[in-house]
Amino acid sequence: MEKTVNQRAWLLVIPVLILVAFSSIIPMMTVVNYSFQDTFGGNDFFWVGLEWYRELLHSERLWDAFGRQLLFSFIILAIEIPLGILVALSMPKKGVSASICLVLMSLPLLIPYNVVGTIWQVFGRADIGLLGRVLSDLGISYNYSQNAFDAWVTVIAMDVWHWTSLVALLSYAGLRSIPNAYYQAAMIDQASRWSVFRYIELPKMRGVLMIAILLRFMDSFMIYTEPFVLTGGGPGNATTFLSIDLVKMALGQFDLGPAAAFSLMYFLVILLISYVFYTVMISIDKSEAKQ
Amino acid sequence: MSDAAVKKKGRLKFRLSTVVITAYLLFLLIPIYWLIIMSFKSNSEILGAFTLFPDNFTLKNYQTILTDASWYMGYVNSFIYVSLNTVISLTVALPAAYAFSRYRFFGDNHLFFWLLTNRMAPPAVFALPFFQLYSSVSLFDTHIAVALAHCLFNVPLAVWILEGFMRGVPREIDETAFIDGYGFTRFFTKIFIPMIAPGIGVTAFFCFMFSWVELLLSRTLTSVDAKPITAIMTRTVSASGLDWGVLAAAGVLTIIPGAIVIYFVRNHIAKGFALGRV
Repeated sequence: MEKTVNQRAWLLVIPVLILVAFSSIIPMMTVVNYSFQDTFGGNDFFWVGLEWYRELLHSERLWDAFGRQLLFSFIILAIEIPLGILVALSMPKKGVSASICLVLMSLPLLIPYNVVGTIWQVFGRADIGLLGRVLSDLGISYNYSQNAFDAWVTVIAMDVWHWTSLVALLSYAGLRSIPNAYYQAAMIDQASRWSVFRYIELPKMRGVLMIAILLRFMDSFMIYTEPFVLTGGGPGNATTFLSIDLVKMALGQFDLGPAAAFSLMYFLVILLISYVFYTVMISIDKSEAKQ
Repeated sequence: MSDAAVKKKGRLKFRLSTVVITAYLLFLLIPIYWLIIMSFKSNSEILGAFTLFPDNFTLKNYQTILTDASWYMGYVNSFIYVSLNTVISLTVALPAAYAFSRYRFFGDNHLFFWLLTNRMAPPAVFALPFFQLYSSVSLFDTHIAVALAHCLFNVPLAVWILEGFMRGVPREIDETAFIDGYGFTRFFTKIFIPMIAPGIGVTAFFCFMFSWVELLLSRTLTSVDAKPITAIMTRTVSASGLDWGVLAAAGVLTIIPGAIVIYFVRNHIAKGFALGRV
């Protein structure tokens, strides 16, 4: 379907532009401003040029947080994408049971982020939580607020619990859009379950899986509230991800300059990755439109 | 393969998928179950005895929340800014999504990508500048401030989802209406909006949801008058330590609105999450 060129369409976009400019561009400009200046409190600012950027690029604290963040996002994708696909393939196809599955699976997605943190905080405690209690009864030492490894396992389990349903719902939507004729053809050819998945279901899910990977990558890359409530970034700095570190710097210590420079670099990384994803998504959209 | 073998294989596969889905649902529901039964226990039972079901079933925790204004006003505040945000997001996103789905215009692709980047911007980056911006226009601690701040990620999302749904409406409908002498405004409100009503419903649901679950910005932008329930929950520490029962009850009450709305849009959720692109 070819769209017609019509410059007056801009009029329809202007309200969005004004609103997003107010909530995005203006705040962003203050961030840019701070990132080049220093202050001794009050309104005395003076120009420091690229000083903050230089300092941050040599800051071990930042690089450590960045490394942890990449590792976290990678683990999250490695678990949630395959698990989500598996769950989608196992879901009932229609009827009441399908509706029940959909509603129950969406439930974690609608829980406020800090309540998600609270649920797991309670659930994992050895004195009052089911998980912590069962593990300690089994003789496994587990304490997410003291042991860095346990904290990581808990944060990852929490995120898998919270967001795998998103991947599953997307894959499910993709699967539902496959016409029955494809499966019948595969049955005539006596295709194995694996080849049905590999050559029919996976290619048809490609578009929605791209969205799933994009959303999961971005949201795990800027995760803040859940680990903040669960561990507060600890023990030590073990679960201090980029956003937690940034908020500590900006609102905790009120280091405006470094925090602003940090924000901009953080945002640029995300921008770059979104751009790659977006380009890939558009080209998939186009190749599917051609078929 | 004989018929019996096919049948047997089918049944086996059916069982395997049932096991997977049951295990997954249990994994999802057990932590929620734990929160719910905790909300019906007294603090001494939570800390003292370890029980899978409350021994002394009590509604005291809920009573605490529903009778104390500093608690229940949190829910009221959350509802106000979430509704405001949903209305604002939909109002501005509808015409924009129509423009993106129907026309090519100067810079449209770049604009669309720029909107996407706002959905992807870490709220942590915006916390401090928002605080200063809204303080300087004396909107700090108002519902509208939080509603506008949440537009940062909800407006782009709304444009995306709506655009996906609008693409599914054939262009011939617009053209026929224009030939029949409908003006743009009348066509848009009388014909087009009713046609994509399910899409609008799903979009409203997503705006509601993402504004409802967000904590960082809503906490940064409020102090007393517009403080949301999620921020209030962080203060259950009393003289005798954490009040786990009340915390659990407050948590359960935040889950209920989501559970109710999700029931209504259950058949469209997946399409909405796919930004209308299935």
